[in-house]
Amino acid sequence: MRKFVEETHAQFTRWMLHLRREPFSLAFNLLNPVILLVFMGSAFQGMARSSLGSDYRGYLLPGILALTAFGNSMAGGIPLLFDRENGSLMRLMSAPISRASIILSRFLAVNVSTMLQSLLILVLGIAFGVRIATGIGGVLALLGVGLLLGFGITAISLMLAFRFENHGDFFAVIGLTSLPLTFLSSAFVPIESLPAWMRAVALINPMTYAIDAMRALILTGWNPQALGTMAAVLVLFDAAMLWLGSRVIGRHLA
Amino acid sequence: MSAPLVRIDGLKKSFGDVVALAGISLQAHAGKIFGLLGPNGAGKSTTVKILAGLIVADSGSVEIAGRDVFKEPAAARAAIGYVPQEVTVDPYLTAREHLDFYASLYHLPETVRETRIREALALVGLVGQEQRRARRLSGGTKKKLDLACGLLHRPPVILLDEPSLGLDVQVRHDVWNHVLELKRQGAAIFLCTNYMDEAERLCDEIAIIDRGGIVAEGAPEELKGRLNRDIVAVEVAGSNHHHADSAAALERALADLPVVREARREGTRLKVYVEGRETALPLIVETAARAGISVQSITYSRPGLDEVFLHYAGRAFSEGATNGA
Repeated sequence: MRKFVEETHAQFTRWMLHLRREPFSLAFNLLNPVILLVFMGSAFQGMARSSLGSDYRGYLLPGILALTAFGNSMAGGIPLLFDRENGSLMRLMSAPISRASIILSRFLAVNVSTMLQSLLILVLGIAFGVRIATGIGGVLALLGVGLLLGFGITAISLMLAFRFENHGDFFAVIGLTSLPLTFLSSAFVPIESLPAWMRAVALINPMTYAIDAMRALILTGWNPQALGTMAAVLVLFDAAMLWLGSRVIGRHLA
Repeated sequence: MSAPLVRIDGLKKSFGDVVALAGISLQAHAGKIFGLLGPNGAGKSTTVKILAGLIVADSGSVEIAGRDVFKEPAAARAAIGYVPQEVTVDPYLTAREHLDFYASLYHLPETVRETRIREALALVGLVGQEQRRARRLSGGTKKKLDLACGLLHRPPVILLDEPSLGLDVQVRHDVWNHVLELKRQGAAIFLCTNYMDEAERLCDEIAIIDRGGIVAEGAPEELKGRLNRDIVAVEVAGSNHHHADSAAALERALADLPVVREARREGTRLKVYVEGRETALPLIVETAARAGISVQSITYSRPGLDEVFLHYAGRAFSEGATNGA
């Protein structure tokens, strides 16, 4: 156990050094969320105030937080794919370490990075005048919801890192999923106002449940029903993805 | 000789229909450099990856320092230092951070950690550069850092896959010196290479691998000696118009000499494989004179490992292999 902790810690430290020394990858993921918050938030502010009866930036912020968590988690496997491509992973696997430490360290690093990015977006939202109805406790809860969404998506991404043969395909998948799935959720408009087919997708999109719970935390207050539904759906989603991920990755790391 | 630190027995591996290893058996000993020499695709990398526990063989057994690679993978891995073909340093980490990273992965105790890291830095000549990010190190220095990372835990068995691939001459010699130093320290070094000069210069024992099978094995000198043939290269003189014909005429004339095993013509040059140069040289000169062919130069050489490969594999080394990995 002590050995496993040491192995995981060493690899986690490596990923944290990447995060610190490669700030542009962070900026790359934050680009879309920041553009949406600043430009879309400002553009629709007046129009939405009359129809939604609330501040649109506050309405938008949950969707942007979900997009941030989704995008960062989905990209989380890329460094592992790079390691596979350049032989580093082979080298690592020739060391007498637990295979699980390779995956766990990356998983932890991705989610630490998700949390930092979510915090940045929250600070930006607050700077733009968004008030969090649930206060400081709500900020922590918002980060928690982001992580709960991120866990399952990270599992998918780590799985893809072992399925794809080159990182070009991986980038394509991230581009084709992040923004479209954000639109296919309750991120920008109430789910009831979506066309039927979009609503159908939104209802099976885990982002929707994360967004609904976060929206309640920001706009109205502690809403046990929204939080309960979110927790049930996301825990189920995370468990399913982690189970699938461990099977797929287990085969490749045998 | 002491018990081998690497023992491979009847190792077979196929990838789909392609046979990468057709049942090879090899041994490597402490304080010796064992070279697996063969063209690309002969099965070298497959062998070393099986030794490193990265690929599972179809059949056969592999022991590293007495531990079965397939049954006790963790114990076997702890006894090896594997330095792959590719340079695998992380561009974002400093040299020092790389060594810290591997020190943790190999669970070096705190008491020896600092000493070992210093030793490794000194061994590869990185003292004073330890705080530089790998991104800013030269290609050769990166390779040396890579090497240092694989040696930090002082493994009894070191696996080097093409250690000097793509390196310039100076760095290549540096890397060779490090490898020789490791040998002096008592490690069993298992080295894959497709450079014949590397094999000749470094290895105590060589196995020549071709198409997944070992075609010859022994010390480099012994392998060359076993061929029992020397090479006499004859350059014929004359105008451009005639000398190609002269070489052909000389080839015909020499074919009858009992000392001549084989002759190969390359333009105006004739490569003659002979048995016993003492008698062969004067005979060749005499035969040429009698046939009225004037010789411009005549040189004698001992066979190299390329001749050994040609002899055992039945084709030139540079023709490469067509199957395997």
